[in-house]
Amino acid sequence: MQVNEYKPKIVAFCCNWCSYAGADLAGSNRLAYPAEVKVIRVPCSCRVNPMFILRAFQRGADGVIICGCHPGDCHYTSGNYYTRRRMALLFSMLDYLGIEKERTRVEWVSAAEGAKFAATMNDFVQTVTALGENKRLEDLRCKK
Amino acid sequence: MQKVTREMLIEKASALLAEGKVDRVLGWKNGEFSYDVTPFVFTDVESMKKDFVFGDFAFANFSKYLIKETKKSENKVLVFLKPCDTYSFNQLLTEHRFNREKVYAVGIPCDGMVDVSKIKEIVGDGIISVESGDLIKVETLYDGVKEIAKKDVLAERCVNCKSKKHVAYDELMGEEGEILDSNRFDEVAKLEAMTADERYAFWQNELSRCIRCNACRDVCPACTCEKCVFGNPNSGVENKAASNSFEEKMFHIIRAFHVAGRCTDCGECSRVCPQNIPLHLLNRKFIKDINAFYGDYQAGEEVGSRAPLTNYTKEDLEPSEAVNKEEN
Repeated sequence: MQVNEYKPKIVAFCCNWCSYAGADLAGSNRLAYPAEVKVIRVPCSCRVNPMFILRAFQRGADGVIICGCHPGDCHYTSGNYYTRRRMALLFSMLDYLGIEKERTRVEWVSAAEGAKFAATMNDFVQTVTALGENKRLEDLRCKK
Repeated sequence: MQKVTREMLIEKASALLAEGKVDRVLGWKNGEFSYDVTPFVFTDVESMKKDFVFGDFAFANFSKYLIKETKKSENKVLVFLKPCDTYSFNQLLTEHRFNREKVYAVGIPCDGMVDVSKIKEIVGDGIISVESGDLIKVETLYDGVKEIAKKDVLAERCVNCKSKKHVAYDELMGEEGEILDSNRFDEVAKLEAMTADERYAFWQNELSRCIRCNACRDVCPACTCEKCVFGNPNSGVENKAASNSFEEKMFHIIRAFHVAGRCTDCGECSRVCPQNIPLHLLNRKFIKDINAFYGDYQAGEEVGSRAPLTNYTKEDLEPSEAVNKEEN
């Protein structure tokens, strides 16, 4: 009998200049990270609107991670500083509404940190797998 | 504190109208009942004498009305502002939403407004008329006239009033008030102390009552976008009752987030909510977090101040540190 193992859906918003290149490096170094992670490339981590995160959850994501350049290294000078403020407030609000805080994360990954990218994704997938399916921010109409 | 009466305001308005300083007045008028007071634009003294009211139900914050009103004519408009309204007034000026030259603002003192739902809890249904004052006279269909102490039925936002000080005016009636020490974050702290499951149950219960009338958005002096994300027909969440619990959560998170750092905590959103959802608790959570993370900030206190979300420092805390780690 085939056992259906639970596999979470993870959306990773990666900034074009650092984290997306970091993911590339992880790939060319043949570092494995789970296939459950769906990478979405954004020009800068501050392109990520809070609505994107909620939309991802609505459409069935179990976890959302935002990766950007390290503070101080933003290609656009200050984008990730704004991300940091926005996401701090948004995550605090999600927690206030009782939504599991482990489902959202912000990590700074540079283009040279392929290993960190793979490790971060492995860790995040593990955390979300332990949490199970996203029930509190799900939209039943999007479930098949 | 010196009480401002209806007659004093009419006198002030008629003097300014006669001088030609202003050609219309933003004021309050009775709605269906004497406790549902609505905003109205008066153009002459006669209509003011007939319809103008001021009392314990003159809630409406006129700041947002100025955006459209100032575009209607080259002349000035007279507006009466309570202390909490002046914060929204300044915030809108900071965002260049209306022309200050076209407004004549008269600051009026306020000793709190009355929440009619609290009166209804005491006297029951069938209120015919309500008379303002320190002792509020309520006439009902079944019980005759009853007197209630005003302090027992003050609106939530007035119980936790943050300031009696006017931060903007051309002319002030009465004395200058002071910024108060309020306990407005107590309720937020109480929620924060709950477990995640309790909080989820609390908000699920509150938000599931939302009928998406958008009154909270429409009344909010910080929500002044000409095109709103929730007005987009392709969004799937446009002006309709939520068909799924996700929708109401998304609406309320995004609504509160869009005014984070710009919300002056005037409390209009909770007042107009027909379902009595405590929306101010979402806004206050953001204000409390901003104060804790980035230093005390009161939106609208000063024209031109930079909102916390359009600013940053190199030492800001990380999002992972923002959420309290110890709990559950």
